[in-house]
Amino acid sequence: MTPLHVAATGALVLLGIGLYGLLALRNLIKVIIALQIMVKGVVLALVAAGSISGQINLGQSLAVTLIVADTIVAVVGLALAVQVRRRFGSLDVQELSTLRG
Amino acid sequence: MLQVSLLIAAVFCAIQAIRTPRLLVAAIWLAGVSALVAVLLYLLGAHEVAVIELSVGAGLVTVLFVFAISLAGEETTRLPAIIPRPLAIGLVAASILLLAWMLAPTDSPPAAADESSFTVVVWQERSADTLAQIVLIFAGVLGVLGILAEERPVEKPGVEAVQPGDAPADKLPEQVGFEVESSLEREHA
Repeated sequence: MTPLHVAATGALVLLGIGLYGLLALRNLIKVIIALQIMVKGVVLALVAAGSISGQINLGQSLAVTLIVADTIVAVVGLALAVQVRRRFGSLDVQELSTLRG
Repeated sequence: MLQVSLLIAAVFCAIQAIRTPRLLVAAIWLAGVSALVAVLLYLLGAHEVAVIELSVGAGLVTVLFVFAISLAGEETTRLPAIIPRPLAIGLVAASILLLAWMLAPTDSPPAAADESSFTVVVWQERSADTLAQIVLIFAGVLGVLGILAEERPVEKPGVEAVQPGDAPADKLPEQVGFEVESSLEREHA
């Protein structure tokens, strides 16, 4: 098993774990943690794809952009979670829905 | 063998981060995932991204999570899943199989490419990405400031338009503002 196969497998597994967390978890901060895990998998996949195509620096450049964007998403999401906790008293995403049908 | 061990450790940390009910412990497991992924990236030859991942992913983001959890408070109750667990596992398995099928052609030999250095790629060839990162950072700062800003009481414009000497003592400011607005409407009509 070459390092590239390990990286591709790791990317898939981390993506799967993060996707399961996004689907199943109800705590807002845990949802952001699941999103972070997914992004770790995508960073691995980008670098592996760059290495496979012989352009690892291009993959690194895209991965850096992804890391910056992901950090901004985490910061804004955590600020939202803090405000939601102050306003609603809970981090449960089910209780945030104000639409009643 | 080292890569496989690191990958298994990273997957274990990720599963623990999802499973543990305590938010602070989940943030620590996430930092472990970041550190192990950074080592994997270093072994792949992506040294710059490994350093950035270690400092930002395992350092800055973990500090942010600990800060946010200390502000929001810890919730350790285990909530039932939004969608049934077998359905979630089935969806995840289908997605991963589809992605694995798309990744299957990676067995082809690496293409020989004449590649620029990392600095040239980031600052010259992908300079639009760098500009987008700067814009994103400013947008994120403004977004956080807007989200965390305290609410201020809204002042009624009709009250400000009336001088204090014009208002009779027995009328409330809201009534004065209403009279001013209605007189303005009559003038327009």
